[in-house]
Amino acid sequence: MTGPSRLERVLRSGRFAVTAELNPPDSADAQAVYDRALVLATVCDAINATDASGANVHMSSIGVCALLTRAGYEPVLQVSCRDRNRIAIQGDLLGAAAMGVRNVLCLTGDGVQAGDQPEAKPVFDLDSTTLLRTARMLRDQGQFLSGRTLEKPPRFFLGAAANPFAPPYDFRAVQLAKKVAAGAQFIQTQFCFDVPRLREFMAQAGDLGLHGKVCVLVGVGPLRSAKAAEWMRTHVPGVHIPDEVIRRLSGVPTDRQRQEGRSLCVEIIQQVCEVPGVCGVHVMAYRQEELVAEIIESAGLLPRSTQAGMFNPDEPEENAS
Amino acid sequence: MRDMSWIQNHPRLLEVAYAGTHAMLRPFGRWLRRGGAVERVFIAGEKLTKGPIFDCRMCGQCILHTTGMTCPMTCPKTMRNGPCGGVRQDGRCEVDPEMPCVWLMGWERSQRMPTFGNEIRRVQPPIDHRLEGSSAWINDATGDAARVPAGWGG
Repeated sequence: MTGPSRLERVLRSGRFAVTAELNPPDSADAQAVYDRALVLATVCDAINATDASGANVHMSSIGVCALLTRAGYEPVLQVSCRDRNRIAIQGDLLGAAAMGVRNVLCLTGDGVQAGDQPEAKPVFDLDSTTLLRTARMLRDQGQFLSGRTLEKPPRFFLGAAANPFAPPYDFRAVQLAKKVAAGAQFIQTQFCFDVPRLREFMAQAGDLGLHGKVCVLVGVGPLRSAKAAEWMRTHVPGVHIPDEVIRRLSGVPTDRQRQEGRSLCVEIIQQVCEVPGVCGVHVMAYRQEELVAEIIESAGLLPRSTQAGMFNPDEPEENAS
Repeated sequence: MRDMSWIQNHPRLLEVAYAGTHAMLRPFGRWLRRGGAVERVFIAGEKLTKGPIFDCRMCGQCILHTTGMTCPMTCPKTMRNGPCGGVRQDGRCEVDPEMPCVWLMGWERSQRMPTFGNEIRRVQPPIDHRLEGSSAWINDATGDAARVPAGWGG
């Protein structure tokens, strides 16, 4: 339990990493999590458990991660600052570490207006950068923010998000440098549908000396249809889909758009692989999880030698519902 | 209150004003205290000046010189370290599409600030919510505004 996380090992060894997002169920049933994990586990190095993304309530990321570690999967715990203050977050980080979670993705979080309960109180006591620094403090100093000492510090591989596709563009690489200074070891970006912009961002990051200091995994995903793409870019905060992508999808008959979206995703993965400084991809296939495996396979990223999804011999097995 | 936000587009002028206020108040730090008549005068002064210029929210821990002289507390997520990922393509706020992203303006203005322009690259600690509503000028002079959580310094 004390070595580096599986994701960290893959990235440190210089292999191209693949992570995938698990959409948490609206259910109190553990099996719903395992059903979703099963289709992702063999094709990726780690599974992200989202924390009420888009401010829509689902099973908590900490709950999903606890189930995943029990079954020997490698989760990435997403922690957002929208719903919890610094007291709750520090406690959750320790709890998660105790349950075997090693990878943590520190996020600010979408505003409550984006979700199904816009009347909720937004917290934002910390932001992604101060959260990173706080998690690093728990790990490296063995201390809470208050200075109080931990009996046993957690062993985290710390990540953050980046959105190179939203303005102010010139600030985005500087902000990446701030997150690295605060403790980010890996980055998972927002959806990339604009490879030239990504190339520019990665070059700026290189100029700031960040290549080699942080592993950037580029966010990718299949668009279901031209209509879905249009909906996404107007409703999902921070998603930039260029007009030519929409045109390409609407240029084929409706029944073939899903296939076209899948092909586009594979092409984007192949292009981002070639961008200097990119260390992997993060696949987000909202309600299209069944496509993840074939996308990763078509992009030539199989087999994943890390064997996610094996039962951990250190863990008891009786708890898998 | 009259809107004086046009001054924000002269960040060079504002950073000179900031440096002046800071230097002027610092020597009085040992006599200044929160609570009491002097602070009430300071608070009134801050509301009168920083209110119409910056739409100041009286967080009590002013870091305007590190954010392009653009108040980060007017961001709906009160982001003090940079923009969130939700900024719209037209540069408007994810939460309130009526307002331009605070950080878009802050970044642009910081680039026109020869003295403090690079401060935007520094990681800011989490805010101390106890200071909300108090005088940032007094907190600056006494050093309370710069105090960070105990674990932060290490």
